[in-house]
Amino acid sequence: MGLDFSVVPGFADALLLGVLWTIAITVAAAVLSFFGGILLAVIALYAPLLVRLPFRFFAWLFMGTPLLLQLFLIYFGLVELGIDLPAFVAGVIGLGLHFAVYNSELIQTAIVAVDRGQMEAARTLGLSRGQALVRVVIPQAVRDVIPPIGNNMIALLKDSALVSVIGVSELTLSAQLAIGRTYRPFEFYAVAAVLYYFINLGMEAVLRRIERRTQLSR
Amino acid sequence: MTETRPFVEIRHAKKSYGSLEVLKDISLTVDRGEIVAIIGPSGSGKSTLLRAINDLDPLTGGEVILDGTQVNKALPHRQYEKHINQMRQQIGMVFQHFNLFPHLTVRDNVVMAPKLLKGISEDAAQKLAEEQLAHVGMLERIDYYPSQLSGGQKQRVAIARALAMKPKLMLFDEATSALDPELVEEVNQVMKTLAQEHMTMIIVTHEMEFAADVCDRVIFMDGGVVVEEGPPSIVFQNPTQPRTRDFLRKHLSQYEKEK
Repeated sequence: MGLDFSVVPGFADALLLGVLWTIAITVAAAVLSFFGGILLAVIALYAPLLVRLPFRFFAWLFMGTPLLLQLFLIYFGLVELGIDLPAFVAGVIGLGLHFAVYNSELIQTAIVAVDRGQMEAARTLGLSRGQALVRVVIPQAVRDVIPPIGNNMIALLKDSALVSVIGVSELTLSAQLAIGRTYRPFEFYAVAAVLYYFINLGMEAVLRRIERRTQLSR
Repeated sequence: MTETRPFVEIRHAKKSYGSLEVLKDISLTVDRGEIVAIIGPSGSGKSTLLRAINDLDPLTGGEVILDGTQVNKALPHRQYEKHINQMRQQIGMVFQHFNLFPHLTVRDNVVMAPKLLKGISEDAAQKLAEEQLAHVGMLERIDYYPSQLSGGQKQRVAIARALAMKPKLMLFDEATSALDPELVEEVNQVMKTLAQEHMTMIIVTHEMEFAADVCDRVIFMDGGVVVEEGPPSIVFQNPTQPRTRDFLRKHLSQYEKEK
């Protein structure tokens, strides 16, 4: 029995919907991981010890345990505590927080690396420390780590396939459902792989644009 | 005759890092509209003294008073922060390495602080940016980013940024030391303009010629103390202290050689 891709077009709508869900969850989780990463970085660097320690533990938890387990914990585990999140929301939170921790590590390093004179110049004009951080230091730190954050976002896109296990009908789950109906695993997984690749290309193009736009401001 | 307090008053300023005393009980005053140069070898404490005036490098003892208000007041943390931010809005500072904000355009470098701290409108901000940039001859670069400017241009924008807060006092911390020699003049020119407008200025500099040319008074520091002060004609032509003579001999001869 050879390969038969003629079964694929019949599932085009379902796969396209899967692509849209994958993009939706990736974008939502990327936004959460970006701003969450900034917030975590600021907490790690400037919050008092009593605030910092629990967050340190949280970061360790998210970096030191499998993302799959984290998704299970958020989706299935939190129900026991009376928090019943929709699968999509649980997926966004899991992916978003997981990558927020990684982004935070990058942003922390970048904040520390911003020239001390920048903070001094801002303070000299009369800005408070907080204002100087928000207006002067953090924008530069974030700008400096856009390329590695971009790499994290590509990893996030690929790891978004994991949310299929909690029932978000994104691309991987759509392919699995089609396989369940047709018993054609190779065809649908291959098509899904190609679709991921194209989403990836689109994402890289967006990231390159952002990088180019921040070029002048260095 | 009415007794008037000096505009800037530094009383018994002391600063030490551990056992290292950088400033040893310095007292001096600056009048409104006066232009004072602080000169001295590196490590003499001149930059530390300048940075103590707006509390960027807090003193370990002594007082700085600007226009009747103590800058380095002892206050609880929150109140102190409010107070010092208020004071710093009145004290412009220009740094050796410009410290322009690279992620902002020239315009936004100039108006970011006034917009944020004084809540001026977009229109007023645009006007302020144009006015301040025209003043330093940088209006045509208003939409540029700092990375697109030469060192001299950056420093002129940095001066405009400081002036946009309408400070009462301007501090210059070796404003031309990081510049290529051919770019020094354009920055000096801007500072001369400010001098003609009677801006009160305290200038830490290595440029003796500029100090002699522009300043009303020269303060020579060495080893954390004021060794000698007076009008440039006296300090430069006829210094009374051997340490001043020594320093000037080295610096002036160096200057001669460069020529």
